[in-house]
This record gives sequence, structure tokens and C-alpha cells, in this order.
Amino acid sequence: MSTTSTGNTGSTNPLLYIVILAFGIAAPFVMPAYIQQVSFLWIFILFALTWDLQGGQMGYNSFGNIVFFGTGMYVSASTQVALYFDLGAWNESGGENTFIHATDEYFIGLAAGLVLSGIVAAALAAFLGSGILGLRGQYFAICTLGLSVAAGEIAAGIDLIGAGSGMSTPVWPDAADSVIERGTFFYILCFMLAVATFIACKYLYSGRFGMVLNAIRDDEDKAEAMGIHTTRYKALSWTISAFFLGISGAIMGNIIGFIDPVDVAFTGATFGVWMVLMAILGGKGTLWGPVLGAAIFHIMQELFWTYFLGWQRVALGLLIILIVVFLPQGILGSLREHFPEWFGHRLEPVAVEDEK
Amino acid sequence: MKNKAILEVCNSSKSFGGVIANHNISLTVPEGEIVGLIGPNGSGKTTLFNTIVGTHPLDNGEVYFEGQEISSLRVPEIARLGMLRTFQQTRIYGGMTGVQNMRISSPLIHDSNFSTMFSGLPPEVDERSDELLEFVGLYEKRNLMSGDLSFGQQKLLEFAMALMNEPKLLLLDEPTAGINPTLINGLIDRLKLANEKFGITLFVIEHNMRVVMNLADSIYCLAHGEMLAHGLPDEIQNDQKVIDAYLGAS
Repeated sequence: MSTTSTGNTGSTNPLLYIVILAFGIAAPFVMPAYIQQVSFLWIFILFALTWDLQGGQMGYNSFGNIVFFGTGMYVSASTQVALYFDLGAWNESGGENTFIHATDEYFIGLAAGLVLSGIVAAALAAFLGSGILGLRGQYFAICTLGLSVAAGEIAAGIDLIGAGSGMSTPVWPDAADSVIERGTFFYILCFMLAVATFIACKYLYSGRFGMVLNAIRDDEDKAEAMGIHTTRYKALSWTISAFFLGISGAIMGNIIGFIDPVDVAFTGATFGVWMVLMAILGGKGTLWGPVLGAAIFHIMQELFWTYFLGWQRVALGLLIILIVVFLPQGILGSLREHFPEWFGHRLEPVAVEDEK
Repeated sequence: MKNKAILEVCNSSKSFGGVIANHNISLTVPEGEIVGLIGPNGSGKTTLFNTIVGTHPLDNGEVYFEGQEISSLRVPEIARLGMLRTFQQTRIYGGMTGVQNMRISSPLIHDSNFSTMFSGLPPEVDERSDELLEFVGLYEKRNLMSGDLSFGQQKLLEFAMALMNEPKLLLLDEPTAGINPTLINGLIDRLKLANEKFGITLFVIEHNMRVVMNLADSIYCLAHGEMLAHGLPDEIQNDQKVIDAYLGAS
């Protein structure tokens, strides 16, 4: 791990990128049976990265980022359906789907859904952010927690999108199988989106945007006193996270095929909490921490499901406790604390030894 | 007063509940000078700073910066006009390195629209940052986490960050508090140099009499939220009211 860099300092070994990209490209061929798990891994990495954009880099612990995920899911599914059919009639027909999308309708609808889900989720974040990002610390956390709970309840009350009984997404057209299989198609979307999110984060952290977020995290009053437009950066950071989360929601909705307002879309108790844990496990406030954390968390989670069936929630809960107690700084955070020189925090040039 | 006023406070008052922290304070800071502000603990010095830079809204009175009324502006807006303050409890970005602390303090950050927010900073910023870190003697430690620096070093870093921001007027809240006495002389020299070389007007709250008498061109003295005296350092030093306020005579 010593070759990976964190945050704004140091440089990353290019070999790491090659290995990860090779894994991403080879995965559907090498382990086709696990294609959905690996798809989820990419989405989890996206979760952790986008959460860290506020929670780690900016110091605003959000428990409400799942709202944008669920919003994207619903926006995309609704767009895909409403472009060709009557949305109300679609949802009334329930699971017994009498409407079938033609191949071109399916893919055009999906493309429109993906784009719109990102835009709507981002707009929602900009709107919410301009209001509640004025709250600090635990008040922000509680407020976003409320948002994530409320969002599920609100979605469960809207008949147009299926209310509490949920909504099914358009069925994959069989004709498309001759070109690409369903699982592979969505795997590629997940992979590309995760890579795009990573590149976006890396770019943001390399310039003034990342520095301003860090300044807000370390001392927001000081940042204001230095004349920084803190509100603008805070709202934009949330908007960017929401954009990627919205698209990831759109893809997840289509992978799962059925959107339940509380169990699939606005899953505050699972995905909503996991995105926080994954970022903390890997090391919040670092670029690679969330990636590492998501990978470890996802593997552990799958192992628990396989080997501790029936006790998997208990094992996961135990893991969460262990993370918070023993690795509050996360893996990369602890490494940085104990080996600061690996991350470029060293005296240079060697100065006269004086009080430290 | 030979120079025109850069900062003018007229009849400023501020109370918190029943506590009158400032009452009808008026003062003038002439451009290019170093003005000191002294007063016993609790006399309202920091409150005055907070009202000037916009942290606390004024109850009444006006504040003019370069002739512009600023008492209704918010903290970051005032900072962008070129009036900056440092904090009594030193405030730096502890989770960032010294270099990052400096870069983020560049006045270029004030310009934040969609095109500049996502861009980097030009190399001049790094050059300037290196110069100023050298100026305060922290160049060797520029890549350490600034939260790991000693208190005195953090104070110096905060000062360097303020200079990096290229303010016209710098309000310093007890710049020498908690600093090792041998470092204080160096700091006084640097404050004077910043005033002469970079042309920054300084308005300094200071408890250390030796420092303020050495540094300031003129001094204001606050007591119990009221302006007690104003004059040259010598006059203030021998002013019976000031001596009484400090020694607690009735």
C-alpha cells in the first residue's frame, strides 16, 4: 500500500491503475458467475467516493446521500417508462407487465433515464444544499438522516410511481442478447461510471476545489475570514456527488429490476450507512481510502453472506464496531499517522533541529 | 494624522444581552500605519474586532473601510475587500500541509466562478508561498501537517497566510500571545517589515506592553467597553487613566 497516495500529496504508482483497469475489463470474462457482485463493487466504490467528497474532504457527515441514489433510480425508471407508455397505467398493472419495450425503445429510454437521473439528483442537491449546508457538524448529520428517512416515506406515498408497492423497471429486450448479455451490459455501465467518478474526484482534489473543501473541514470560520466563498463550494460538492449517485441509482434500479421505495431505493439503513463505513474503513479524506474501503467491505460482506448465513448481520455489525473502535482514521489514515513520510510529510530540506 | 483613514469606526456599540461589550467606540486607523489596541481583559477588544470584520452585527454605529460603509457586509465579503483578521486562538487548517495552507490563502481564491473553481493555481502562487514561508522561517516544515506544528509555529503560519492574502489592512488579535519570548523579537521585526515592505496597515490587539510600545505608531486604550484614551505610545504609557485601568484603581 505504500505506493498509493492520498489526498493532495504524493503520486500514485501507475501500475496500480493498470492492475485495477485490467481487473475491471477482465472480470466479466474471468468470473462471469460473479458479474453482479463485481458490478456492485464498482457501485460501492462510487458510494464511498461520493460520500467522502463531503464526509471526508469537507467534514460534513451526510447520512442523506442515499436520497440522491433513490431519486436517480425513480427518475430514470419513470423516464424510461413515460417516454413510451402511460406511467400511471404501467404502475397500476403492477408486476404483471403488459407493456413491453422494443429494443430501440429500451435503450433510448435508458440513455435518457441515465442522463436525467444525474441532472435531477444534482438539481435536488443544489436546492437542498443551499438550505441545509448552513448547518454545521452533528446538526447537518441529523438533518440529512431525517431527509433519507423522509424520502422513502414520501416515495411510498406517490401513486404515480407505484407508491408503497414499488415500481418495476422495463424488461431487458431479449433481442439484445445477440449483441450483449444483460449482466455484461450493466457491468460495463457500473465500471465506466465508477471510473468516471474516480477521475472526477482525482481531478477535483488536485486543484483548488479540493483545497477549499479541506479548508472548510479544518476550520470553516477561518475559511470565511479568509474570504473564501464557502457556501458555493459546499453546495457544488454535494451537487457533484448527487450527480454520480443519481446515475448509479438509475443503473442499480435497472439491474435489480424492481424498485421498492424503502428496501431498494432509499435504503438508508444499508447502503446509506455502508457508504459512510466504507469511506471510514479505507481512510476518509483520502482519494484511495474509499476505494480500498469499499473493496474490503464488499468482500467481507459477501463472505459473511456465504459462511455465516443467518448471522451475517451480526458479523457485519461486529465488523462495523471493530472499524470504528480500532481504525477511526481508516487504513490509509492510520498509515499516514504512523508513517507520515510515506505521504510526503517530511522536513525538507533537512533543517536545524529545533523544537517540534 | 498625516495619512487618510483606511478604517473608520463611528460610535459603534455592541451588547450581548445585558452585557455592554462596546459602547460608542470611535476610532481611526490611518493608511500605512501600525495602530495598537490595548485594554485589560474583558474590556471589549476582541468584540470590537469581531464587529469590524462582520462576525457580530453592530447594534448601532458605522464602520467605514476605505470610505465604504461595511457594517452590513458579511465576513467573507469584507475579507475580499482587503481587510483580514487573525484569531486570538490561532486558526490554521490543521489537516493540511503548510504549503497547502499558504496556497489556499492566495487572493486568487476570492475569484470563484464556475471556470476558476475547478482549475489549479498558477506557479506564481507557489513562488509567493515559498517566499513567505521563508519570511516567517517555516520553509523547512512546509510539507508537515500544520496541525503537528508547535503553537508558536502555527501563529507564524497564520501570519504568513494573512500576508499571502495580500490584505490592505490586517487586524491581529494578540499576535505574540503564547509565543516564546525569544521568538517575539523576531515577530516584531516581521510585523514591522510587513508594514514597510508590503505596505500593509496593521491594527494590533496586544497585551504585551513592551511589544505594543515598540510597534505602534499610535495606541487606543479600551476599558469596560469604552474608549479610554488615544495617543502616541509615550502619552499612553504615562496616562493616569490607563494606568488606573490596568492596575484596577477606583
